[in-house]
Amino acid sequence: MSTNAKDLRHPLKRARGFGSAQSGVGHWWTQRVTAAALVLLGLWFVFTVLSLLHADYATAKAAVAKPWNALLLILFVVTMFWHAVLGLQVVIEDYVHTRWKEVVLLVAIKFLAVLGALAGVLAVLRIALGV
Amino acid sequence: MADTRRPLSPHLQIYKWQVQMVSSILHRATGIALAVGTLLVVWGLLSLAAGEAVFDQFKICIGSAPGMILLFGWSWALFYHLCNGIRHLLQDTGAGYAIPQFVRSSWLSVVVSLVLVAIVWACVLTSGGAA
Repeated sequence: MSTNAKDLRHPLKRARGFGSAQSGVGHWWTQRVTAAALVLLGLWFVFTVLSLLHADYATAKAAVAKPWNALLLILFVVTMFWHAVLGLQVVIEDYVHTRWKEVVLLVAIKFLAVLGALAGVLAVLRIALGV
Repeated sequence: MADTRRPLSPHLQIYKWQVQMVSSILHRATGIALAVGTLLVVWGLLSLAAGEAVFDQFKICIGSAPGMILLFGWSWALFYHLCNGIRHLLQDTGAGYAIPQFVRSSWLSVVVSLVLVAIVWACVLTSGGAA
């Protein structure tokens, strides 16, 4: 922020609202919590995919339809997209310096992530419920 | 761009390459790659829900040469981001910030991720190829 000699406002007045006192740590903390969840869910996902390597269509579908697998898959998909958005947000904020492009990208990744997460959850539900 | 008259910190090409830089840059790069990879997970689930013919098409795509190369890249990105992510979670507790420990844990992330990806693909290849 440039210091303008003509600006009569107190420096504290200009600084207020730019600090991290309210919800600033929320992003950081959510990124860590989703990371911890993804350590477990990611490893489970890799094991599950490896166990289904040579399964035919019916076996793979039946495996996904099992209640525990369906539940963990939904958790995995939602947490994965959530964590991805938080990470991409930081990357965009760091490297995109034109404000309108930054805002457009930040909104676009959120739209895409919600779309992807809902599509993934709906697919698992269709398989699990057999519809 | 923001006000460019402010002093700039030295750019990347000035620094001598060190493993701490590599592990940090790779964490971002693999994160971005994995964010794109989320679409593969959703594609797989959608085609599993859509029926056998669609799922067979999906298997042909990921079993093709470009598909396998991408899968290999994504699997390494997953393991690297996982290992280095765990390293970051441990560092968030305040542990491991002495320079020798920091360098050692950087190497550990890189090496363990390579070992894990080798183990997974050894499993795939010994069980008779993927997809």
